[in-house]
Amino acid sequence: MTERNLDAKLLWRKTTNLVMLSLTGLCALVAVSALFFILGYLVYHGGKDISWNFFTKLPTPVGESGGGMANAIVGSGKILFLAALIGVPIGLLGGVYLAEFGGSTVPFVVRYTADLLNGVPSIVIGIFAYTVAVMPVHHFSTLAGGLALGIMMIPIVLRSTEEYLHGVPSSMREAAMALGASKWRTISSVVLPAASRAIMSAVLLSLARVAGETAPLLFTAFGNRFWSPGWQQPTASLPVMIYTYAVGPYEDWHEQAWAAGLVLLSLVLLINILVRTIMSRGMSAQRSQ
Amino acid sequence: MTQTSARPAFSKLVPRVPATPETLVKSQPSASAAPGLRMQVRNMNFYYGKVQALHNINLNIATNRVTALIGPSGCGKSTLLRTLNRMYETVRNTRLEGEVLLDNEDILSQDVTRLRRRVGMVFQKPNPFPKSIFENVAYGLRINGLPANQTGRMADAVERSLVRAALWEEVKDQLHKSAYALSGGQQQRLCIARALAVDPEVLLLDEPCSALDPVNTAKVEELLFHLKENCTLVIVTHNMQQAARVSDSTAFVLTGEVIEFSPTPQLFTTPSDPRTEAYITGRFG
Repeated sequence: MTERNLDAKLLWRKTTNLVMLSLTGLCALVAVSALFFILGYLVYHGGKDISWNFFTKLPTPVGESGGGMANAIVGSGKILFLAALIGVPIGLLGGVYLAEFGGSTVPFVVRYTADLLNGVPSIVIGIFAYTVAVMPVHHFSTLAGGLALGIMMIPIVLRSTEEYLHGVPSSMREAAMALGASKWRTISSVVLPAASRAIMSAVLLSLARVAGETAPLLFTAFGNRFWSPGWQQPTASLPVMIYTYAVGPYEDWHEQAWAAGLVLLSLVLLINILVRTIMSRGMSAQRSQ
Repeated sequence: MTQTSARPAFSKLVPRVPATPETLVKSQPSASAAPGLRMQVRNMNFYYGKVQALHNINLNIATNRVTALIGPSGCGKSTLLRTLNRMYETVRNTRLEGEVLLDNEDILSQDVTRLRRRVGMVFQKPNPFPKSIFENVAYGLRINGLPANQTGRMADAVERSLVRAALWEEVKDQLHKSAYALSGGQQQRLCIARALAVDPEVLLLDEPCSALDPVNTAKVEELLFHLKENCTLVIVTHNMQQAARVSDSTAFVLTGEVIEFSPTPQLFTTPSDPRTEAYITGRFG
């Protein structure tokens, strides 16, 4: 092999290195900028329409300008509350079963089913909620919307609860059992408190995840241009409102859809920041161990 | 391989003075009502699934004495310890045959939570709960039914336990700090205090000093001398010097069998079994 040959090889290797390095960097940049691009676009288009009225007023009749989405914000809140009411206890206790009581076959089946459920398209879950909660009573309702999102939360909460409970050292369980605590007492007074921060974060993240779901709400909570008292009426929600307004024919509807998008995204970002804070506090407590 | 009770006066001996062979004599396997025996293990076999881990164990644990279990890693000494409070039940597919008696009652027929209140345990690694120092000690009392509203009684009980575990002076001003803020040695004494809070008759210690430095090891060992005034102690240790220092009688365990069980000075000076001699002189293990 000649000197020239070696030089050429080295040049080739250096070039490849440089190209690939730039390529990975570029892709990382695209990934990051997607979020900032969306955020910037939302702020640019929706920012000017966010006012006190947006949070307090009902939508105006077609043709009139102004108005807000107060009913959609409250509606989304009610749906998420119901979703948490269904998803958190089932997911949490199911996760406790998987982590603490299960043998070997049952957890495998449950875990696998939960992962499948997690992968079911949200519109299919919407159809299911429509079949069980809308068809029998012949009207759309907040309840049906909450059910659809609640079902979506179950596998997320369940799997993360299981994971975090596995993270609690078994020496802690032994310590409690050796003092005469029953299995459930051990779990409720030692294991769950030890994992509580992490589980709370998982619950918040699952809420953030389903908060933006539109498809399952289209034919469960449906939508409403007015207040929706109680739980039995169709209700407005932010994602469905965005969908309706964005495809609508009026310019000021488009503006309001942008604003609603900004509100929804801010909500999700806020939850994420909250989770970060909770987790980092938990970490520092662990570290001082 | 069995040993009957020593005279009560023995417990009044100054720490670290070895028992004379006259005070601890080997004898026939004792009768069931033998006085001074807190626990008895009789013809016990123990299995992990199909694997037999312990073979025909016979062991008499004298009241208010320190009994040490020594032997090489994996010989079954920790498993043997865990049969005494049925902690082995936390592992799936385990089976125990034979008898384990506490005050002449079979522990297998007792309610396990009551048994574990009477037979406490301290583990190899300090394992305080992620709670305050106070709550760690109070935990056992709470789950055993001392209600939280009896604050005065609870505080007294916590103080008493911390004093017994020789930790009170170091933590009395920071009872509501996290237990994780304590050093490893303090954490282990906290775990001892936590176990003592429910007033167990027997305390099982599974290599309690293996994660501690020599200074803290000495503190815990000194603590054991005081504890045996009103508590029966069983300690697993892989440190033969420790067994020699703290225990009244020692069992040498090898491959799931008790090879020799004698008064500690006798076991370390004139072992009767060649395998014991080989182990204590460092030829294997």
